Amino acid sequence: MAVNYREAKGSNVSRTVSDIREGTPRRKYISQRADGIPPSGIRKFFDLLLTMDDVISLGVGEPDFNTPWNVAVAGIDSIEKGVTSYTSNKGLQDLRELVSAYLTRQYHTKYDPDDEIIITTGVSEGLDLAVRAVVDPGDEVLVADPCYVSYAPCVMLAGGTPVALPCPAEDEFRVTPDALLEKVTKKTKLLMINYPNNPSGGVMGRDDLRAISDIIVDHDLLLLSDEIYSELTYEGRHVSPASIEPLRERTITLNGFSKAYSMTGWRVGYLCAPSDIAAAALKIHQYVMLSTPTMAQYAAIEALRGAEDAKDRMVAEFRMRRNLFVAGLNRIGLPCHLPKGAFYAFPSVQGTGLTDEEFAERLLLEQQVAVVPGRAFGASGVGHVRCAYAASRMDLEEAIRRMGIFLQSL
Amino acid sequence: MDEKDREILRVLESDSRIGAGDLGTMLGLSPSEVQTRIIALEKSGILRKYTAIIDWKRAGDEGVVALVELKVSPEREYGYDRVADRIARFPEVKSLRLVTGTYDFQVIVTGRTMQEIAEFVSGQIASLENIKETVTHIVMKTYKEHGCELQRSEGVERLPYSF
Repeated sequence: MAVNYREAKGSNVSRTVSDIREGTPRRKYISQRADGIPPSGIRKFFDLLLTMDDVISLGVGEPDFNTPWNVAVAGIDSIEKGVTSYTSNKGLQDLRELVSAYLTRQYHTKYDPDDEIIITTGVSEGLDLAVRAVVDPGDEVLVADPCYVSYAPCVMLAGGTPVALPCPAEDEFRVTPDALLEKVTKKTKLLMINYPNNPSGGVMGRDDLRAISDIIVDHDLLLLSDEIYSELTYEGRHVSPASIEPLRERTITLNGFSKAYSMTGWRVGYLCAPSDIAAAALKIHQYVMLSTPTMAQYAAIEALRGAEDAKDRMVAEFRMRRNLFVAGLNRIGLPCHLPKGAFYAFPSVQGTGLTDEEFAERLLLEQQVAVVPGRAFGASGVGHVRCAYAASRMDLEEAIRRMGIFLQSL
Repeated sequence: MDEKDREILRVLESDSRIGAGDLGTMLGLSPSEVQTRIIALEKSGILRKYTAIIDWKRAGDEGVVALVELKVSPEREYGYDRVADRIARFPEVKSLRLVTGTYDFQVIVTGRTMQEIAEFVSGQIASLENIKETVTHIVMKTYKEHGCELQRSEGVERLPYSF
């Protein structure tokens, strides 16, 4: 539904940390590490949006479904029963066992719930734990580009050096052996990937992963695989790198409940890794997080026990919206490959003569449709815009109509 | 019936206005194939009717809805079917089900006023042969109708931008 953000000011459109204005007086106390983190790429858009009415936002990185009600009830129950104290640092035993069984069932990976799985407060925490557990100052970390915005900052906070690994549209946003060989150096410690990919919707299949596994082994790299969109795979099945033998011992797998079960605000994810790495990550987790919110862990247990049908319905709906939305983009003249996963279309806007940033800004101002410029996700995203199709079919059709008018006007 | 037919039915059940073109795009079928399948589903009596869910209270309508329980003696040879058929033909009857438990039929009846419902139940239903007992419950408030929550707006409040 189109939203009047002018009126919504102060309600759900609260400012995020990244929106603190540039004019804020700076004092001398900020650490160099914090200071070194670049500002958010969409602050300007947030500000614009707050002045506008009747906006359809395709800028949202979360499902538009409510958490399945039985899952929400499990969280409510834990509060009502007074089960609100800490859990073990690793997370509830039942939940770790269910995660282990789920991963084996879905992706043929084997992780011991006792010493290879940690329940984290979302994948965001898992990323930070994983990077800090293995990266030392001076280490280089290859970040598959385009990618989620927190990867490079996480590496920088750990004292490492993020190095962009270009995964351009012509490679369907996958990591190729050539690109990897070009960027890997003696200092490279870790490769960070995210498939199905935010922002591009790209996936890496078994052959794609096999093609880079020798390079990973030969250069003694570790692999961090963020698989938060794994359930949202529309062509074939998701392949988890840890299910490929030479990679298993070198891979940290991150996943969670946010996207598959529409549980973004509950903040539950998990980190799976060989026990030495998991033990190191657990040390950090126990001091910075202690444990993931208990009620959210109970909700997650219910998600794995009793929300498969709800998940399947949501995935089916996303698949249909994808087909509808991408066909619409191609019809109005924004060329877009059919994304194989996640809930993003990542069309090229190069044919319009506008940069991705100009395109996003003018589309918002002139037709009130919010999309995210691809450069926010790295150099390989330049010239594209990210459109989340996690919106109702009615909104998607209206967005396509408005985008069509916008393109005609150029 | 195959999986594609089921997908078509599931989509139509949630949005019966969707056109064959969009349905085809969503499910990876050509519009003409969707059309052919829909016609077959209609002909076979699987796809019965395209309709809308309306909150008449919100429209200011004063109409009354009643849930009527009927105890019925089944007929030799016909069982419940013949009496069910007679009840179902009244336009006041919106739904009719044979159920397990302490009564036999559950009937949803609508009328303009309580009086109209009372007259219809006593005059047309209770007087039928084989009806042993009726219990009429007047609906006070409808919370959910055909999977649609009427008291709550759908949708989730989200930040307009998130990565």
